Amino acid sequence: MLAGMDQLEAIDWVLSRHRHDGTRLMQILRETQEALGWLAPETITRIAQGVGWPRARVEATAAFYSFFHLRPRGEYCLLWSDNIIDRMAGSRALMQRLCEALWLEPGRLSEDGLVFVHTTSDIGMGDQGPALLVNYRAATRMTAERVDAMAELIRNRVPLADWPQEWFQVEDNLRRAGPLLGEAFTPGAALAAALSRGPDAQLAEIAASNLRGRGGAGFPTARKWQACRDAPLATDQTRIVVCNADEGEPGTFKDRVLLNSHADLVFEGMTIAALTVGARQGFLYLRGEYRYLLDTLEAVLQRRRDQGLLGRGILGTPGFDFDIEIHLGAGAYVCGEESALIESLEGKPGRPRLRPPFPVTHGYLGQPTVVNNVETFACAARIAEKGAAWFAATGTPQSTGSKLVSVSGDVARPGVYEFPCGITVAEVLDAAGVRNCVQGVQVSGPSGTTLTGEELGRRLCFEDVPSAGALMVFDCTRDMFEAAHNFAHFFAHESCGFCTPCRVGTQVIARLMDKIAAGRGSQYDLQELSRLHQLLQGTAHCGLGHIAGNPVFATLTKFRPAYERRLKSLEFEPAFDLDAELSQARQMTGRDDAGAHLAET
Amino acid sequence: MANDDTFLLDGVAVPFNTGQTILQAAHAAGRYIPHLCWHPDYKPHGSCKLCTVKIDGRLASACTTPATPGLRVENRTPELDEQRRTLLQMLFVEGNHFCPSCEKSGQCLLQATAYELGMMGPHFDHFYPNRPVDASHPDVLLDFNRCILCSLCEQASARDGKFVFVMGGRGMRGRKVIINSATGRLADTDFSLTDHAASICPVGVILKKRVGFIVPYGQRKYDRAPVSVADTQGDEP
Repeated sequence: MLAGMDQLEAIDWVLSRHRHDGTRLMQILRETQEALGWLAPETITRIAQGVGWPRARVEATAAFYSFFHLRPRGEYCLLWSDNIIDRMAGSRALMQRLCEALWLEPGRLSEDGLVFVHTTSDIGMGDQGPALLVNYRAATRMTAERVDAMAELIRNRVPLADWPQEWFQVEDNLRRAGPLLGEAFTPGAALAAALSRGPDAQLAEIAASNLRGRGGAGFPTARKWQACRDAPLATDQTRIVVCNADEGEPGTFKDRVLLNSHADLVFEGMTIAALTVGARQGFLYLRGEYRYLLDTLEAVLQRRRDQGLLGRGILGTPGFDFDIEIHLGAGAYVCGEESALIESLEGKPGRPRLRPPFPVTHGYLGQPTVVNNVETFACAARIAEKGAAWFAATGTPQSTGSKLVSVSGDVARPGVYEFPCGITVAEVLDAAGVRNCVQGVQVSGPSGTTLTGEELGRRLCFEDVPSAGALMVFDCTRDMFEAAHNFAHFFAHESCGFCTPCRVGTQVIARLMDKIAAGRGSQYDLQELSRLHQLLQGTAHCGLGHIAGNPVFATLTKFRPAYERRLKSLEFEPAFDLDAELSQARQMTGRDDAGAHLAET
Repeated sequence: MANDDTFLLDGVAVPFNTGQTILQAAHAAGRYIPHLCWHPDYKPHGSCKLCTVKIDGRLASACTTPATPGLRVENRTPELDEQRRTLLQMLFVEGNHFCPSCEKSGQCLLQATAYELGMMGPHFDHFYPNRPVDASHPDVLLDFNRCILCSLCEQASARDGKFVFVMGGRGMRGRKVIINSATGRLADTDFSLTDHAASICPVGVILKKRVGFIVPYGQRKYDRAPVSVADTQGDEP
């Protein structure tokens, strides 16, 4: 808690720091929780009074995000990254070991209220897992020895500050740099070039470079900026530049490296966007899992203000006013969708908006808003610095420039690789060092594309396999069903719950996958999975729902034997095991003889 | 042929005014497009997806898509109704819906729509969620077992200026109606029987006490006429 304050004083201090502004609710809730440990009913009431919102609205936001707690979470909250890559590295066994050492069950606060252990969606450390969040600080490269030591520290109530600091070290693992990251960058160089060019010419330069969005969708950046710039402003409005650093797609961690070691490039790209579209306000929406980067990033922003690269009259240019604020997310994958991200920036649950209108005309608080990926802004800065022709000299005609690729799984050197767009998957895998034969590669996370070992000649570019640049590699010893099973639960957990097909459909898919995993599936269930995939694709409210059936459908198509060998028979199977249903009766009667069992069906 | 201010709904011209959505125009013209979360007096929510139609070959929600001249809208095709049955089945297994013992039976939009679309059974395994019942309020009972998360109570209560009901939480296990009081009890809010929100629930969640069986089973709204007829005569539930 903040030194010397009681609970109400601490809440009020956070509220006044944020000017009692409800649109800042995410930050208010997080800072309050950091001070008080959890968000008690009276805390929610106080915050609601403070921002002048109905109490239920504040609770609605708090209840939406995985990292806000409306129940006590203990002094130690340990959340294991649960992506398939972490699992392949042994995360589940390590979590079990930790739970046994502490005498508790995953997902249940210990009896003494001290410690809580559970899983969480991928925390962006796929190249250095198994990883977990310890009170929302990333700890990497966990081993059985570390887990045992950790249990000891928790039992002895040793404060986190006194834990071994090497546990919390996050490596960049940048294995290959190219035009984007290979050369040193002088803060202000790109901005000075953009200023001397002027906004019109700068926009033309971005257009000439053919830069396309690095988040995976590949929308032409210049067209987005143009639309925002052309959108009319009402009185008291400004245009907004948002950097989407909600890097939640499992298997993706390139933005972590950009923000850790190349933040100037990113912030400079945002400032150039502001110059181009005429924005005065900017946000970096940083995923909650990257909380450990916050202080470093704040320091970079402050230095840039001191250097005249942010704030009023940037680089001595009258009227060029722009500043950037960091908003931290709180564990919600769907906030990577740009309109959900904007809802979250406004203090609301991250529910994708109905579109149109699009954010470029009606975004943050109804103002024209550009939302771009972290890497897109870094590219924009380099284009301003070195010109469109330089940028377009790399890559393919439709996918210019280079791409950062996060590589994890069964490779010798997991990490981030910068390659020209259009590189084949096989070339990236060669660089990363494949140890064994490749069975499959999941490109761009669960929402992306599943490739078999025969498709490694496919190219990473918008004209072939569009991607946010992530490869999860599975060698022939792996079970592709397990990957799909993991992804199905990921989507079921991350669905915002707004529309019927996604809210219920992702759950039904996850349950069917559980049934197949338990050896009780049938051919009929496989047909059901395909049918559900089609329903989601056609009727869901947003992109998350549209693609939530993808990984199951793709593995079902390309790795069907992985499913079929689990089917109990090719005929109909009931959803439940009749004999297992009798277990309670057997327990109550103390019987376990043959007569108390149904014959194997 | 469609002229400048009509579109085709299953091959029949439907007139519309500028700014109307496909569902609004169809409703005004007495044509039925299945829906649950839509209500003529409120902004479209677009969450139940029952009104998904095929517009010039593309699937879209009729409640949020503006009508434009000459659109070809497919509505009651076997393919779309099959999709709707699946969505209905999802809603039935997600909550705890026991029509025979529900006092909303016969005037429940979910039940009536399931009859209309010929839903013969739940198809999926039931989820049997553990959902609360709140009988704290003197005049109204809340039974969230039947909630379909349509958000109409949220919109209605906002119109009342009270914000008694707000949609919150995430996903199937988390998304729910949050009550505007520290205890989470309806009795501790300023909710009253005269609120718009007291009469808006299309299913059996928000129930007025002591009047549930004034109209007996068999003589209720959807007992008299199916939803496709009853709800296109300007008389919403």
